[in-house]
Amino acid sequence: MTDALKNLTVPGPTMIALTEPFWQAVESGRLTVQKCNGCGHHIFYPRALCPHCWSNDLSWVEAAGTGTLKSFSQVHRPAHPGWVPAAGYIVGLVVLTEGPTMLSLILPHGDQAVNVGDAVRMHPTNVGGRMLPVFKTTPDMENLEDAP
Amino acid sequence: MTAAIVGIGELKPVRRTTGRATLEMIAEVSRAAVFDAGLEPGQIDGLLVGPQVGETPQHVPATVCEYLGLHPSMSNVVDLGGASGAGMVWRAAVAIDAGMCETVLCVLANNREAVPPRSPNRNPIREFDVPFGASGANISYALLMQAHMSRFDIPPEDYASIAAWAQHNAQHNPDAIFYGKPATVDDVMASPMIASPLHLLEIVMPVAGGCAVIVTSEAHAKRLPQTPVMLLGAGEKLTHRAVSQAPSLTSGPLKPAMARAFHQSGSTADEMDLLSLYDCYTIMVATTIEDAGLCPPGAFGQWLRGRNLGFDGDTPLNTHGGQLGFGQPDLAGGMTHLVEAVRQLRSNTEGRQIRNAKRALVTGNGATMSEATALVLGAAQ
Repeated sequence: MTDALKNLTVPGPTMIALTEPFWQAVESGRLTVQKCNGCGHHIFYPRALCPHCWSNDLSWVEAAGTGTLKSFSQVHRPAHPGWVPAAGYIVGLVVLTEGPTMLSLILPHGDQAVNVGDAVRMHPTNVGGRMLPVFKTTPDMENLEDAP
Repeated sequence: MTAAIVGIGELKPVRRTTGRATLEMIAEVSRAAVFDAGLEPGQIDGLLVGPQVGETPQHVPATVCEYLGLHPSMSNVVDLGGASGAGMVWRAAVAIDAGMCETVLCVLANNREAVPPRSPNRNPIREFDVPFGASGANISYALLMQAHMSRFDIPPEDYASIAAWAQHNAQHNPDAIFYGKPATVDDVMASPMIASPLHLLEIVMPVAGGCAVIVTSEAHAKRLPQTPVMLLGAGEKLTHRAVSQAPSLTSGPLKPAMARAFHQSGSTADEMDLLSLYDCYTIMVATTIEDAGLCPPGAFGQWLRGRNLGFDGDTPLNTHGGQLGFGQPDLAGGMTHLVEAVRQLRSNTEGRQIRNAKRALVTGNGATMSEATALVLGAAQ
């Protein structure tokens, strides 16, 4: 799966000056989000102001890179032709431990079925030649012994 | 806010067009609506249109008014996806009330050529969703459906039954794209999985087509040949664009939009003789039934069981087949729910007339359950 993802010809992120720090952090395997110095909320995706209180005093902070799966879909017929070689891939909504939700590609742990509520951890992955903050489901506690 | 819908037009949907411009189709359906209303084109003094990707990116109202030879004193683009049609109606009513115009043409149409027009996006959804393989609406609604299904532990057949009813109702509409092709719950469940848990037949078929309605003042409506259909209430709400930013995955902006429309009209969901509910996907109808307060959250399946959603049933819902049965002519898809409600309240459908139809709920929905408009319409007293 990982090699298949690397070799895809798919659209990458259309970064702008404001979002560049996010993508630079991903390149080095880190997940960063904005934090509002006005109301304390964490913010994702990066914005010019806090959508909760409209303060423009925002800082970049390190995120834990963990979260839970709010929903997911296994995509059998991708709308973008570039994704066809990876058909069967899973897209999910990850509620980050810090609060905001992000959409990402979800890699299942081994052959475990993916379920709403699963714990996930960031697993930076090369997709079409670019590092993306992909997430992987983490094994059930009782299966920890068997984890590779 | 008082206004009447006095004219309607609708094009029979087709899978493909060859060498046709959107402007031609706008002209054809506008002509149908203006003549249906018994008006002269020169009596149109308001114009509401939708965005036109790939054909007229800017100055859409001026382009359409020039093409049609209109000189409106009020015009605008209504850009609310599938809620655009319903959104036009209350905007027209408000403009008429404010004295800016008297008779408004609301029109949406689309061609469907072999090479679809695309407009490059440079916005957050393009930067933070598309790179992860989440292009197109199917995945967004699959995520909404999986969340709803998991939270309330609902069997997939309950969603499929919504598509089966749409196909059933389409058998009474010769213009519907699925006319002559009924599908059962088993057929829906056996259709290919596109993006789990959405099957092919739970997703609208894209078609070319168009719809138009004419909105005018109550006073002017009295002098026109058609039985007017009255706008009794409206509501609208926008909450987000990308599904990742949705405040809830199991309830949408239609909930407050419908509440306002019911409040303005002094009616409740139970009092509707027709539910004309936006149905880009089966999950959209499920959530709308729950958000309308017809049943508790998660209980749409029980609510549906034992009901008859046909024109001759106890709970007529999308009697034209909905978009799941009729086809989705892009932005005009949402307007098919409006046009059907007007037909039913005028009592001039062919072979699918609801007996004594007095009130209808029309809903519109755009993007990823993001932008919502609800209308309550009433038959003339």
